[in-house]
Amino acid sequence: MSKFRNKEKGDLPAISTASLPDIVFMLLFFFMVATVMRDSSLMIENNLPSADQVEKLKKDRTVFIYGGKPSEQYKQFETEPRIQFNDAFIGVSDVGPSVRQAIYELNEDLQSKVVIGLKVDKDTNAGLVSDIKQELRKENALKVMYIANTKTEN
Amino acid sequence: MAKRAAPEVNAGSMADIAFLLLIFFLVTTTIEKDKGLLRSLPPIDDSVVEPPIIKQKNLFTVQIGRDGRLLVEDNIMEMKDLRQAAIDFLDNGGGTNAAGESCTYCKGKRLSDSSDHPDKAIISMKHDRETPYEQYMDVQNELVAAYNILREREAERLYRKYYPNVDKVFTAMLEEKEKNQFSKDEVLNERIDAVKKLIPMKLSEAEPDKN
Repeated sequence: MSKFRNKEKGDLPAISTASLPDIVFMLLFFFMVATVMRDSSLMIENNLPSADQVEKLKKDRTVFIYGGKPSEQYKQFETEPRIQFNDAFIGVSDVGPSVRQAIYELNEDLQSKVVIGLKVDKDTNAGLVSDIKQELRKENALKVMYIANTKTEN
Repeated sequence: MAKRAAPEVNAGSMADIAFLLLIFFLVTTTIEKDKGLLRSLPPIDDSVVEPPIIKQKNLFTVQIGRDGRLLVEDNIMEMKDLRQAAIDFLDNGGGTNAAGESCTYCKGKRLSDSSDHPDKAIISMKHDRETPYEQYMDVQNELVAAYNILREREAERLYRKYYPNVDKVFTAMLEEKEKNQFSKDEVLNERIDAVKKLIPMKLSEAEPDKN
């Protein structure tokens, strides 16, 4: 009997932390894989409108075009709504060549399925959007997705 | 010199390093959740073919003014009434389609001054250059919703038996298609096309006037 009692006297053994790095690494890899680094910083205000009839966007075949009023630090250049593509403001006439370039850089079998994602601020005039759409029609990039926040149906 | 065993590297700080990296990626992660309304633009058509004459009753005009107010069929309308008005128009079924068939599945009032058949019914929207984009999106959303509601109803009627436990049949069908995008399911595609054919989305957008 005393053989067993002896053990109970000792303190609780410290919990081994040897597997902690493994756990943390596992989490780390998850977030590394899930992370998408922003490749272009926005130079415009971008409050998206909301809609409830939304569909999911297929990221691999999308070219984004941003539109809206220049944000605070770019106010000195322009206060009217502008178009941003990648990292620069572009004019309406540059939309076509920029989009053509971006489509060309896509994976070959996705080039015919390209979707243009329009991320346009909700305070922008719709005229800017129809200008962009005209340019896209000229480039024959006819699938357009108006990106919106999801509104819960009431 | 006697040969010494290499001392073991202390791995105690490994967790700290990993935590540091973890926190960095946690902070920089934005899980992308872009969603939106998918629409197709009409291709540019240079041919000089005379456009077909569309009867006024088959045309549902929605105009958005520069202050964001709606003018539907030349009457002022609130945004909340637009969805139902569009459904009533599409679902009217007052006549026959191009093949001379009348709309057997329409549940509308079959008025003689509204659309003949969902096949022929066209919604035309027009906006001003100054219209706020938010209003424009709201209108798009309501009109797409009208089509979706009708398609959902037809899918419910035709294919409920294959999807007994789901809330929305058409949504479930589209989700299933999305899931099996690498193994094409012909039957499913046919069913989706059948529903789309019953209620074709004919939503045209006029260019805003340049003034």
